[in-house]
Amino acid sequence: MKNRSIGTLFDKSVKGRTAVLPTQPSQSAKDMLPKGLLRQNAPRLPEVSELDVVRHFTNNSHKNFSIDGNLYPLGSCTMKYNPKVNESIAALPGFSSTHPLIPQLKGGEAYTQGSLQAVYEVEEVLCEINGMKAFTMQPMSGANGEFTGVMLIAAYHRDKGNKKTKIIVPDAAHGTNPASAMMAGYEVINLPSKDGMVDPEALEAALTDDVAALMMTCPNTLGIFENHLPSIVEKLRKIDALLYYDGANLNAIMGKMRVGDVGFDVVHLNLHKTMATPHGGGGPGSGAVGVSEKLVPYLPVARVVKNEDGSFALSYDFPKSIGYIAPFLGNFSVYLKAFAYIKRLGKEGIPRAAEFAVLNANYLRKSMESFLTVPFDRICMHEFVSSPPEGIRALDIAKALLENGIHAPTIYFPLIVNECLMFEPTETENKDTLDELIELMHEFVEKGKKDPEYLTKMPLTTPVRRLDETMAARNMILTQQEKVK
Amino acid sequence: MNNPENLLYADSHEWLRVEKNEAVIGITDYAQHALGDITFVDMPQVGDEFTKGQEMGAIESVKAASDIYMPLACKVIAVNEDLDTNPELINTDPYGKGWILRVSFENAPEGLLSSQEYTAKYPE
Amino acid sequence: MPYIPHTDEDIREMLNVIGVGSIDDLFADIQPEMRPQSFNLPKGMSECEVDSYFHSLAAKNKQDLISFLGAGYYDHYIPKAVDALSSRGEFLTSYTPYQPEVSQGTLQSIFEYQTAISRLFEMDCCNASVFDAGNALFEAGMMAARHTKHDTWVVDEAINPLWRKMLDTYSAELDITIVTVPHKDGISDKEALKAAINDDCAAVMVQNPNFFGAIDDFTELFEHAKAHKALGVLSVYPVMQSILKTPGEMGADIAIAEGQSLGLPLSFGGAYLGIITCTKALIRQIPGRIIGQTQDIDGKIGYVLTLQAREQHIRRAKATSNICSNQGLCALRSIIHMALLGPEGLRRTAENGMITARYAVEKLTAISGVKLLNDAPYGNEFALVLPKDAHEIASQMAENGIIPGFPVGQYYQNMDNILLVACTEKTTESHVDELASILGGLL
Repeated sequence: MKNRSIGTLFDKSVKGRTAVLPTQPSQSAKDMLPKGLLRQNAPRLPEVSELDVVRHFTNNSHKNFSIDGNLYPLGSCTMKYNPKVNESIAALPGFSSTHPLIPQLKGGEAYTQGSLQAVYEVEEVLCEINGMKAFTMQPMSGANGEFTGVMLIAAYHRDKGNKKTKIIVPDAAHGTNPASAMMAGYEVINLPSKDGMVDPEALEAALTDDVAALMMTCPNTLGIFENHLPSIVEKLRKIDALLYYDGANLNAIMGKMRVGDVGFDVVHLNLHKTMATPHGGGGPGSGAVGVSEKLVPYLPVARVVKNEDGSFALSYDFPKSIGYIAPFLGNFSVYLKAFAYIKRLGKEGIPRAAEFAVLNANYLRKSMESFLTVPFDRICMHEFVSSPPEGIRALDIAKALLENGIHAPTIYFPLIVNECLMFEPTETENKDTLDELIELMHEFVEKGKKDPEYLTKMPLTTPVRRLDETMAARNMILTQQEKVK
Repeated sequence: MNNPENLLYADSHEWLRVEKNEAVIGITDYAQHALGDITFVDMPQVGDEFTKGQEMGAIESVKAASDIYMPLACKVIAVNEDLDTNPELINTDPYGKGWILRVSFENAPEGLLSSQEYTAKYPE
Repeated sequence: MPYIPHTDEDIREMLNVIGVGSIDDLFADIQPEMRPQSFNLPKGMSECEVDSYFHSLAAKNKQDLISFLGAGYYDHYIPKAVDALSSRGEFLTSYTPYQPEVSQGTLQSIFEYQTAISRLFEMDCCNASVFDAGNALFEAGMMAARHTKHDTWVVDEAINPLWRKMLDTYSAELDITIVTVPHKDGISDKEALKAAINDDCAAVMVQNPNFFGAIDDFTELFEHAKAHKALGVLSVYPVMQSILKTPGEMGADIAIAEGQSLGLPLSFGGAYLGIITCTKALIRQIPGRIIGQTQDIDGKIGYVLTLQAREQHIRRAKATSNICSNQGLCALRSIIHMALLGPEGLRRTAENGMITARYAVEKLTAISGVKLLNDAPYGNEFALVLPKDAHEIASQMAENGIIPGFPVGQYYQNMDNILLVACTEKTTESHVDELASILGGLL
């Protein structure tokens, strides 16, 4: 089928064409408001029919890869299957039509018991899965969760009178870690790794009394479990520094280790990764944050509490709270899906997801190590890093995969691995799909070695081919300009 | 690599052409090459004063962003406004049309490298 | 095993390739003392059981309330095509468009969203969205602080109090001073706002219509701000923006909005849509993702994430913001919604709500002791003064199946008798009649 360029909505606009019009108003704005408060010209939005809109977005959707259509072995992103039942649950009118201010009315909680119970219960199960004392569902993404976490850390130290100015971030950590720490007013200390893990000696040297916290990703972004964890916890405790867990890689260990049990004080989860809520082309996510006992007083308000009679209510009675991370209780429609997923998996299913995620990753790693360089020759967790042979670029391999209907792995991250290809297959992919990926990767490496040009031309038949990013950044066409008549 | 003889160079890859108590500053050919296609130059304003080594702006390419540092204590007296619309001048002519600032100074710059020293240190 | 496709044979073969005896062997790095101390989750449910569990939870939310709640979040009609199109798996289950060759669906949609919002607000540029309005307001303040190198935000108290609380939280550890300028009976005090702008001021922040529903013109205020090298930040209500004087016309430097009213369900507080727009001069300051148009190697038009060098994965601690995502699917819903309504539909939506609001004002102020808080022009939302405590009244009315509006007293001092009432195109005259009749009976 020919891939036609279909133009934008604005290209299709014809004056006077309409789709879903509300009833004709009996009065117009200019009869109701002073002229000076009105806009001069009607907004130049598209004027199209309903079928135009449906066809436009249907055709455009065909230009996307998605989990529903394609394997996405994207490291650090946990692109697992997003179950359909969760979508229908979040769309139930009982959930989707509730105004968030209703429980703030006097006695209004009685009308939203279902939603309040869902919030209370999802916090409860996340506490149990992670061994934490309490959770807040307010953070609206992973990075927003990180920010919440470091704000909690700052509130704790201030309350205790600790003079703390620095947060340590390992060099393999996600780039949002240092950016979030800065937003909470901390100086960021970059910690080099050794053998793919935090270097205990470098940590020792960095651990001065003014260190507020260490932000860790475990397994780290190289897919390696941090063996030094117990000793790291001990070192931090000595100076009353807190341990932060970046939950990006929770899918590797859920049900196998609880971050609270091993000494972490704060954890942010990415429910859109680990708990199978869809990424939606870049959001909305949910960055729930869990804390140990000592950080509970600082959690954002409002919090959902359970009354003695078993009913649920909002509480603002947390005088040490950091305040409002979201206007209400965060991305409710997103974490409702996560909650449904957890209910479905339950006690056996949660650790099983980690087991098969790790099985799939190790199968890929082992099957590809004959033709890729895998820098750390050891069992990996749910993902691993690798490099193509000398002379072949990670970018070109990525583009060749796209040509063959498979999404690229994460490339050039973490920064500390040369020409990095980072694979995370997730547990929901079957062996046949993984074998197809292995075969393709092998083929590209062989072809790339013989004919370096071959890969650089890829992709050939995708809706567009390689795009000129320099032109985009220099010309900065960020909106469609109207044609001059 | 052709690093002009008449310029001074900083380890952070800025060059400096001294003209009495004024100097023209840019980034080196080595630096523009490492950054790739430059898309934007964030420059200080005329009148801004800096100490040596202070961050004075940033250069963005598609995939990288790099801070630029002041190689001497000085005051900005002119900026290259052509870079607003044609940042690629730094790629095509780093020592000429791709200049970034003109500054005035009281104390002559010190601790900078000569063309030979810089080229020896950053040969590619 | 829900969502796990492996057969026993698969598992055996895979373990053989890896060279370990069991899946447990893969977790040897997690030493016994690090294993869970407890794991008291209920056992998994079948899909049917899960479905039924959540149906029963949803049923615990009261469904048939007649509601006049707004306060920044409005119950507008959402055309069915919005759900049908945005729930397509190709949009729903795609990742952030880092590989543009296979993400043109998402990228073009967001480019169209940026275009539509820029035109609706008459601002030069728009990013791919942030979390919500409160977050957008904070990021607008940070843009202004970076651009002006000033550290004070002059904030109108008539901005949604929840968003102002978010400003407090987000800026708590930064060198930012917030000066809040009190409103006057629900009207923004423009003279006091002007007086508060000094040479440390990075931004003056106002909202139109403001939290109390009053519609204003901030052109002069923004001119005054400009004279002090401060930026004008305006928060708007996108539906009303189809008729009201635009941020562009008023000379705002940054305009933000809560985008919920453009095709997003109320969903108990999220997911919503933080809209940020700005003038061209500020484009390098805008946080998060931006989509730009370009060409592929064959000269075909395509779209990419652009200006990414500002972001954390490159700049890390020096990034513009820690925001690295957008509300992609929410932005998609809003562009589909705007396309279905068009300029005419959006205007009608605003006008229909306004007409019903006027009918409601007439009916409600006919009740003895009930009057409008002020005589400012209003749109589809207005503030009433009741002769009694508005919390009590709202609570009693809710028992009768009608929520008369939002009592603002919990966020504003000395306003316990003030009720904020919103009408949309879904509100009927008979809803209003019922409201008036029950309210009249209680007073």
